[in-house]
Amino acid sequence: MGKKSIVPFGPQHPVLPEPIHLDLVLEDEIVTNVIPSIGFIHRGLESLTEKKDYFEMVYVAERTCGICSFGHGMGYCEAVEEVMDVEIPDRAKYLRTIWMELSRLHSHLLWLGLLADGFGFESLFYQSWRIRERILDLIELTTGGRVIFSVNKVGGVLKDITPDMLKHILTELDQVEADVRVIEHTFLFDYSVQSRLKGVGVLSRKQVHMLGAVGPFARASGINIDMRSLGYEAYGDLDFEPIVSSDGDSYARCEVRIHEIYQSIDIIRQAISKIPEGELSVSVKGNVKGEHFVRIEQPRGEAIYYVKGTGKLYLDRLRIRTPTFANLPALVEMLKGCNYADVPILILTIDPCISCTER
Amino acid sequence: MAKVKRSPWVLHYDGSSCNGCDIEVLACLTPVYDAERFGIINTGDPLQADIFLITGGINSQNQPVVKQLYEQMSNPKVVVAVGTCACTGGIFKECYNIKGGVDTTIPVDIYVPGCAARPQSIIDGLVQAINLFEKRCDDYAYQLNAEGQ
Repeated sequence: MGKKSIVPFGPQHPVLPEPIHLDLVLEDEIVTNVIPSIGFIHRGLESLTEKKDYFEMVYVAERTCGICSFGHGMGYCEAVEEVMDVEIPDRAKYLRTIWMELSRLHSHLLWLGLLADGFGFESLFYQSWRIRERILDLIELTTGGRVIFSVNKVGGVLKDITPDMLKHILTELDQVEADVRVIEHTFLFDYSVQSRLKGVGVLSRKQVHMLGAVGPFARASGINIDMRSLGYEAYGDLDFEPIVSSDGDSYARCEVRIHEIYQSIDIIRQAISKIPEGELSVSVKGNVKGEHFVRIEQPRGEAIYYVKGTGKLYLDRLRIRTPTFANLPALVEMLKGCNYADVPILILTIDPCISCTER
Repeated sequence: MAKVKRSPWVLHYDGSSCNGCDIEVLACLTPVYDAERFGIINTGDPLQADIFLITGGINSQNQPVVKQLYEQMSNPKVVVAVGTCACTGGIFKECYNIKGGVDTTIPVDIYVPGCAARPQSIIDGLVQAINLFEKRCDDYAYQLNAEGQ
C-alpha cells in the first residue's frame, strides 16, 4: 500500500466548463475516496418566486441551466398548468415536443464533443460541435435564440413553426443523421477510444438502483427508466422505446447517448408528420392555488418540478430537483477504485450540469 | 486590428452563470466561429493566460476563486465579462446569494452583453480585448524600460 495523498480537483479545471470541487484521496494512482464540495454557482434561483410573479418565473426557470433551458421552462409551465387546470392546445404540445427533442440533440452532441476533448481527441470534439451547430441553426430559425430561446409560456407556446420551416427541419435532420453516423463509427469502434472507455467506471444495475441515478447514466446500467414513457405533452402519441444497455461502463454510456440521438431524430420526424393545426396557446387568468409536481425527462435524466401557490400572483414555493443532483452519489461511488487518469472521463460520463444542480 | 502581433491565450471561468454563455464561449472556439484565427487558445492554466474570460455573477463562494485566478495571471492582463450576469448580475441580481457583476471583485475592461451572449458579440469582445492587450504590452515594456530593467 502506498502513501495516502489528497489531490484537489477543480473548481477551475481544463475539462470542466463549470466549477465543481472534488478532494480525491489517492493511494499511489488509485482513488480511494472522494469528497465533493459544491456551491460555487449557487444563486438562489428558487427564492425569486418572492419577487417575480408566476408568468415571469418562466424566464427564471429557463435560466436554471443554459443547455437544458427549454426543458426547465416546459417543466415549470406544465406544473403551473396542472395546478390551474389548464389544457393547452394540441399544436402547442407537439411544438414543445419538437423543441425538447432538438434540445436533447444539441445537448447530446455537446456531451460527445466534451467527452472527446476529455480523452484528448481534439478533431472529434470539433466534428461533434460542427454537427451541433446545425441543430442550433434550426433552433435559431424557429425561435430566434440559440441556447436560451424562451418560447414557453403558461398556457402554451409563444411562436409557431411554419410548414416551410418544418420541411427545412426534416432535410437538415437527414444531413445531421448522416454526419452522426460518421462520428458514431469513431466513438464506438475506434481502438484508442475503446481503450479509454471500455470497462472504465463500471456500475452494476443494483448499485445504480440503490444510489438513485437517473437518465442515460442509469439506462447504461440496464435500468429502464425514461420519463417520456409517462406520455406528457405529445410523447403519448409517438412511438419510441427507451434505449437501455447492460454493460454499465463508460462505453455503454456513450453508446446509449449516441443511440438516443437517432431516437430523438426519429421522434421529431414522427411529431412533424402528425402535428395538428390549431391555436398556439390559451389565455390563463387567475392565480395559482394548490400544489403539484411533474416529472419530465431532460437530456441528463429525470427532473422534478414542484410548485405550490396559495391563491396569490406570486408562488409560495418552486422546487426543482435536477438530474445531476441525483447522479452525484453514483459518481462518488464510481470514482472509488478508479485510476487517477480516468477521473476527468468518469466525471464527464454522468454529463454533469453543475448550474442545474446548484441553481 | 490591422495586424495582430501577439497571440493571447484565454482563461475561461464560469462564475455563477447558467451555462448558456459558457457553451457559447466554447462554440466560439469551434470551427464555425473559429476564434482561434485570432491566435487565441483556450487554456486551463491561469499562469499562461493573458485574457480572463468570465461568465456569470459573483457569489460569496466563488469570489475568492475569481480573485485568486486573477492574481495568478501574469501582467499585463485583460478581463472580459461575458453575458448580462457577468456585467451586472442580470436576472439573478435580486437573488440572495448574488453580489453583482464581476466588477464587484476584479476590474473589468470589456463588457459583452446578452443573455445568452451570442458568439458574434463574444468574438467582438475578444477582438477588442486583443487590441487592448497589445496596447498594454507596449505600455508595460515602456514602463520596464523606464525602470531600467
